[in-house]
Amino acid sequence: MPTATENATTTDLKQLTADIVKRAMQGGATAAECVAKEGDEFSTVVRMGEVETLKEAGSRALGVRVFFGQRAASTHTSDFSAEGIRTLVESALALSKITSEDPFGGLPEASLLGSLPGDLDLYSDDVYSLPSADRIAYARRAEKAALDFDVRIKNSDGGSFDAGTGRKVLANSLGFVGEYRRSSCSVAAVPIAMTDDGAMQRDYWYAVSRSLAGLESPEKVGRIAAERTVRRLGARRVKTAQVPVVFDPMVSSSILGHIYEGVNGDSVYRGASFLAGKLGEKIAAENVTVIDDGTIVGGFGSSPFDGEGVPSRRKAIIERGILTNYLLNTYTAKKLNMTTTANASRGLAGTPGIGVGNFFLQAGVKTPQQIIADIPDGLYVTEFLGQGVNLVTGDYSRGVSGLWIRNGELTFPVEEITVAGNLKDMFFHISEIANDLEFRGSVAAPTLRIDGLTVAGE
Amino acid sequence: MPLLPGPAHLNPVATTLNIPNSRFFFHRYGFAEADLEKYLSAALSAGGDYADLYFEYLSSTSLSVDESLVKSASQGISAGCGVRVISGERTGYAYTDDLSPERILHAARTAALIASAPAKQTSAAFQQKPARSLYPVTLPSVNADILAKVDLLMRADKAARAYDPRIVEVRVGFADEQRNILVVGSDGALAEDSQPLARLNVNCIAKTEAGISARGSAGGGGRVALDYFSTDASPEHFANDAARQAILQLDAREAPAGDMEVVLGPGWPGVLLHEAVGHGLEADFNRKQTSAFAGLMGKRVASDKCTIVDNGTMPWRRGSLNVDDEGNTPQNTVLIENGILKNYLSDKLSSKLMGIHNTGNGRRESYEHIPMPRMTNTYMLAGQDDPHDIIRSVKNGLYAVNFGGGQVDITNGKFVFSASEAYLIEDGKITAPVRGATLIGNGPDVLTRVSMVGHDLKLDEGIGTCGKDGQAVPVGVGIPTVKIDRLTVGGTAKREAPPLMQ
Repeated sequence: MPTATENATTTDLKQLTADIVKRAMQGGATAAECVAKEGDEFSTVVRMGEVETLKEAGSRALGVRVFFGQRAASTHTSDFSAEGIRTLVESALALSKITSEDPFGGLPEASLLGSLPGDLDLYSDDVYSLPSADRIAYARRAEKAALDFDVRIKNSDGGSFDAGTGRKVLANSLGFVGEYRRSSCSVAAVPIAMTDDGAMQRDYWYAVSRSLAGLESPEKVGRIAAERTVRRLGARRVKTAQVPVVFDPMVSSSILGHIYEGVNGDSVYRGASFLAGKLGEKIAAENVTVIDDGTIVGGFGSSPFDGEGVPSRRKAIIERGILTNYLLNTYTAKKLNMTTTANASRGLAGTPGIGVGNFFLQAGVKTPQQIIADIPDGLYVTEFLGQGVNLVTGDYSRGVSGLWIRNGELTFPVEEITVAGNLKDMFFHISEIANDLEFRGSVAAPTLRIDGLTVAGE
Repeated sequence: MPLLPGPAHLNPVATTLNIPNSRFFFHRYGFAEADLEKYLSAALSAGGDYADLYFEYLSSTSLSVDESLVKSASQGISAGCGVRVISGERTGYAYTDDLSPERILHAARTAALIASAPAKQTSAAFQQKPARSLYPVTLPSVNADILAKVDLLMRADKAARAYDPRIVEVRVGFADEQRNILVVGSDGALAEDSQPLARLNVNCIAKTEAGISARGSAGGGGRVALDYFSTDASPEHFANDAARQAILQLDAREAPAGDMEVVLGPGWPGVLLHEAVGHGLEADFNRKQTSAFAGLMGKRVASDKCTIVDNGTMPWRRGSLNVDDEGNTPQNTVLIENGILKNYLSDKLSSKLMGIHNTGNGRRESYEHIPMPRMTNTYMLAGQDDPHDIIRSVKNGLYAVNFGGGQVDITNGKFVFSASEAYLIEDGKITAPVRGATLIGNGPDVLTRVSMVGHDLKLDEGIGTCGKDGQAVPVGVGIPTVKIDRLTVGGTAKREAPPLMQ
């Protein structure tokens, strides 16, 4: 019977991961890597003024990856008992016997390993500084601000406050041991507006920060959520047409996300991306510059090292429309005969994937209002529905809702329509980029105008 | 019942209910019922109305073959306990991945804080209810010989590459898990289950000499043992289907744009039902009046040809459960009968607060999550029409047979689902394949435009995963061939319509 008696707060995870690597090597591995993750979370939802849920917990887990020559395998567990750890290591070693020899596998070159010096300001213990009652008050204030904003806000899916901290430790048999902590907190509101005929609309808004001190006020969040919700009331369909489409930053970051997926080294080497084989070529309009930077102080996508222990860095992905870099880890870099860009992402299980630092499209100079003002008839998109994107072909077709642009102004809300095109063309047709770049996550883009898309409706 | 899925050789499943006797947690962790009572008492120490403990021990394996190499193999174990306390409409929740008595007690005392009243006494003795045995595997897939799984993947890789020389990339994955759960409630309920789940996936990329690329994917499985994949659901079956789709897409033309007649093929296109009506009928949304279906009980929401059920009692199915994650028995629930809305899908909290029958749909992703009403296997019953007649009845439309995923905004009812294999219908005949396109509609009225329902009900092959509030659970869907008189197709092809007119 396993007994788990070690306490999460007292276990030295650095020592533990280094020990596990050592045990794997003693067991016959030719290289090994161990990751430990430890985190805690708090969340509360207040609905119609009453606490609906209150959740609080902590958890931790270990993952190990071993190499047996050119064969690799991995295991993970939440069982930190002596027996749990023995099973973790022994299973990985046994499993590595059945995988194939892959000459492209392996840890990064030892010379590439390291951790960024200095404080990236990713952790603030103030996210837990509030007593429970005040955390609930944050959620309640956000919801109340939304409910008070307009008489048509008659219902709510709640206001919420979330906080969490996480610690990640990585060790490998080349002597690398690194760790970092990150924190975040967020406040959100999801109001529901209703017209007299009973038709309902819902929207939301949230603020997120690495520190409580940096978090926007719940009142502001509730007010924006309510504005976004009320303006959807009375939404109608429009006729099928080709018109200019403007994407607000909440949805333009999703469009930029397809560049991120398209330059993912894993999709690139297997030819599964519309951007495979395009390095050095023009893939977007001249005004498009996209950066990935894992070193931004306080950034949501920042970390001192990537999932394989390579220091994070800044690189241009697209410079004035030219594709300049893919996102690579050690494996995909070897497959493409290139060098890792420090974009390995390491979960607990399996081989490392590809992740981003802070991935963003550089802002332009016009305001969103100026961009809209140029358009006689067009669509302003505020929400996507569905995932109709094919990265191999670039085919793009998604449900949208938003507002209709008429004579340079937002006029009436629209819904139950789609926007479609092809990613290979869409980035060439970004005709305007606004000045409103703001990080609300690790992928961010300003308001964009894209031409040549088909809006399908009646 | 005509819907029994799965290969015929599988053992017939006992339809009677019996008391399962795995006692997994009692053996592995040395639990005694007195310990469980102690934890529940701690959970009710601040006076909640109800408390439950959800213990989970999940072992999983995954394998992938890529470029004809076994590139990754992974095994994992995740175990923990979630403690829930309900006080009125409030829920307190805490969990621990450390199953020592101190940590469970700590979680129980944390969850207890949702209430603020004198401590409650829990019931004296636990009662285990009889349960179905829908997936009686003798050797769980997770414990099966890993080399047998490697062999399945290699066969799929070989078959896909042999399908056509234009198949240039093949990636095959196999994932399985065995989830042991124990649920005990302060009402004396005790339920256990051991839930297998296995799935094989094939992804192909085809490329022409001219440089045109396309992809295809297929997969399937269920709550089955490894031998399931040595039957009709063979690696070759999935590989051929994935390769066929990729090759087909090489010649696809632009999809049409705008409203038109749409015919859905049988099986996985049932994702329409999951998005258009399924989520909107989950009781939590209706209790809070946030669903576009709120207040429509007893009203017409579909044509009289439509009868839709959520059935958690189907042997071997991916969405099926012997007990739900609150310890209740899942059912075959009629959601819509001949077009009339009949039932919501409920869990413990919503059935109590709404005064409705508990349909046994309380599910959660893991011990870290609060349960809520979720679908199991959702499908439309077969109708009378011949599928060929359905196609012949369409002058100009779309025939969609394969889909990616879908999504719904339950408040305004708008939903999408994305076709990955579709054809034009011209003058009653299926003609050219078209590129992927999203279909969009309005849940509360889309099914009122179902004018024909085929006699060819099919369930999907076991690939669905549903996400709600950040929680993923396995589900099934199914549908016969149906004709929808009007649905919006989100393609790019220009039509000879006049430019925009408001």
